[in-house]
Amino acid sequence: MSHPASALSGEGRERAWLIEGARMIDPSQNLDRVGRLLMVDGEIAAIDPLDGDIPAYAKRVSASDQILIPGLVDLGAELGEPGREEDETILSGALAALAGGYTSIACMPNTDPPIDTAAAVEFVRQKAARADRCRVYVIGCVSKDRVGVEMAEIGSLVEAGAVALSDAPRPLENTALLRRALEYCLMFDRPILDRPEVISLTHGGVMHEGLTQLVLGLAPLPAEAEDLATARDLRMLETTGGRLHLTSISTAGSVELLRRSKARGVRVTAGVRITNLCFDDQNLRTFDANYKVNPPLRDQVHIAACLEALRDGTVDLISSGHQPCSLEKKMQELDNVPFGVTSLDTALSLVISRLIRPGHLSWARAIECMSLNPASVINIDAGTLRVGKPGDVTLIDPEQRWIVEPAALRSRSRNTPLLGEELTGRAIMTWVGGQRKFVWA
Amino acid sequence: MNVDDEIVVPTYPTTWQHRHLLDLERLTADEINLLLDTAEQLQAAFSSKREKLSLLRGCTIANVFFENSTRTRNSFSLAAKRLGADTIEFSSGGSSVAKGETFIDTAKTIEAMGVDAVVVRHSAPGTPHLLARHMDCSVLNAGDGPHEHPTQGLLDILTIRQKRGSLAGLTVALVGDIAHSRTARSNIWGLKKLGAHVIVCGPATLVSRQWEKFGIEVAYNLDEILPRCDVLNLLRIQFERQATRPFPSVHEYALLYAMNSERMQHSKPDILIMAPGPINRGVEITPEVADGPHSVILQQVTNGIAIRLAALWLLVGNRGGAKA
Repeated sequence: MSHPASALSGEGRERAWLIEGARMIDPSQNLDRVGRLLMVDGEIAAIDPLDGDIPAYAKRVSASDQILIPGLVDLGAELGEPGREEDETILSGALAALAGGYTSIACMPNTDPPIDTAAAVEFVRQKAARADRCRVYVIGCVSKDRVGVEMAEIGSLVEAGAVALSDAPRPLENTALLRRALEYCLMFDRPILDRPEVISLTHGGVMHEGLTQLVLGLAPLPAEAEDLATARDLRMLETTGGRLHLTSISTAGSVELLRRSKARGVRVTAGVRITNLCFDDQNLRTFDANYKVNPPLRDQVHIAACLEALRDGTVDLISSGHQPCSLEKKMQELDNVPFGVTSLDTALSLVISRLIRPGHLSWARAIECMSLNPASVINIDAGTLRVGKPGDVTLIDPEQRWIVEPAALRSRSRNTPLLGEELTGRAIMTWVGGQRKFVWA
Repeated sequence: MNVDDEIVVPTYPTTWQHRHLLDLERLTADEINLLLDTAEQLQAAFSSKREKLSLLRGCTIANVFFENSTRTRNSFSLAAKRLGADTIEFSSGGSSVAKGETFIDTAKTIEAMGVDAVVVRHSAPGTPHLLARHMDCSVLNAGDGPHEHPTQGLLDILTIRQKRGSLAGLTVALVGDIAHSRTARSNIWGLKKLGAHVIVCGPATLVSRQWEKFGIEVAYNLDEILPRCDVLNLLRIQFERQATRPFPSVHEYALLYAMNSERMQHSKPDILIMAPGPINRGVEITPEVADGPHSVILQQVTNGIAIRLAALWLLVGNRGGAKA
């Protein structure tokens, strides 16, 4: 199959694009109607322009029955580079992102070495610029070596371009460090990202503690371990002020705590991973390592609570939770397999197939949770179709059926339980800065 | 030679449909009974003469043990040899990862030597299930972490059935570390399917209340349930599997849960005392009970061979016919 990059290499750099006939959905301006969108010189130039305002050189795309949205933004994808190139590179991750409809991704600092210095931030930014695919933003470490003891040079990281700070996937277990980091970040207006978990309750854990876990005899990851850490994080945030984003919550308890805090006006945001919404703990009855994720797949009660929280605004965004992992690492005993699912390629399709089509989530809310809201957490100029903003847009064919097979994935890894499954709906074209970077062939 | 001494070879039951024996949870009562009946027929066949049968002649069984075991491994080896099969022994002290080879590669290497069945023990739940997906030969679970140990469950149940005729209506208590016990899980499913009332009893840190959702009685106080029990299965305390100690001391455990002469006096007069072994004398069970008239611990070992004869024959004896 032809590579998406090479398929486009013959295409000249177009100065202008006119996308006609699509249903345009942009929650940033309550837009949801059929029309046409003009991009000129890298920016969104007009919605429904007059014929006379359309440059003759504009390349036209006929998009009836398709959906045009602001390019998706992902918070916390793991890109593997440097140090884990067997799992993913910045280039392969960016290609997977484009194929999944993402135009901006913010990558996690759990590389080897971790992104805990300005030089490391610079390395990722240069690699991303050289790849020249989607926009890649960098999340720096909260702590030196990402080991949760001493603060990293957060000021230098921010100076070098870090948009947020996190030790994820390692939780900020050290409460004193969490407090200092929240306070220190007040100077830079950057959010701290934490994946709440009390490690002493989860040591060696493999799956959600519950009936299925009881039967399978796998070591438990209790919901309380997340609830307690969420409560602590929120309480600390009230003391320090500053900005905190909980990257991937998964329990009804976390949802309830967040709801109360938000009602009191605490400046917290939270995300949920698409995998945690679409699969539950019973999937692990197959002992398929591709269902081993952390936070773990929980039961339907927790999933329903997370979905409700997404609808009512308690949870702000859906992340891909992209954690690529090479085949040799996943082909081990379940106890030893690393956590994670590769999902930049498939997240949008899963949202369409499993959340929007069955009526769990509206198109507008789904797009808001995958573009505008993640963009605002890291304060980047994205997630909108407003005139004058960057030409980062994604065209979706909501009826496109496709089978998740290895050849269809741009990620270097194949660790997804979806292999062989048919999904309905996907990104078919993606533009970044007014340049078309991906076409589904 | 006297005709009466001829070994009566049972005929292969056409109702057996599985290629692997991975757990008891997903077997039906009929399938469990078939395994038990087959075990008894083979046991009878061998009772008259200590001779090998040729039921699996030309077959090769690999014992692949990623975790230490003497009893189960010897039991499987002996069963395979009595059926006329060749055996390969593979053991790895630690995890296969430590050796730089994925355990799937290890297993496939062994399969490539031309084996008909792999008997696997591993500390991680689900490992035999994973192997079964990657291999063409039969996979027999000889214990996967705290998940299941189907042949142990079957031999325990066979022992009870031989003593009582039927499982229906009996009250069987599994006592000890339920949380980390594969023997407990296999017993739970097998006993339930055959109509026994099951009690799980032990320290609250090792016995989840959630078992009640499966129709299992949960008890913390052994003395309260003891007068109702027809069978006690005293599970070994698994010191090695626990990160933080779930009870303060062995002394306190013994005080609360050890089966001793005093507790025997409050038991039913015909109570059966079982233990999967190896037993910690003085912890779960005192010597006078382990060696006393109610103990069927050695009969369990004998039945272990019979169950493994049946399991190996059913899985391998009809290669090409039976499918997963």
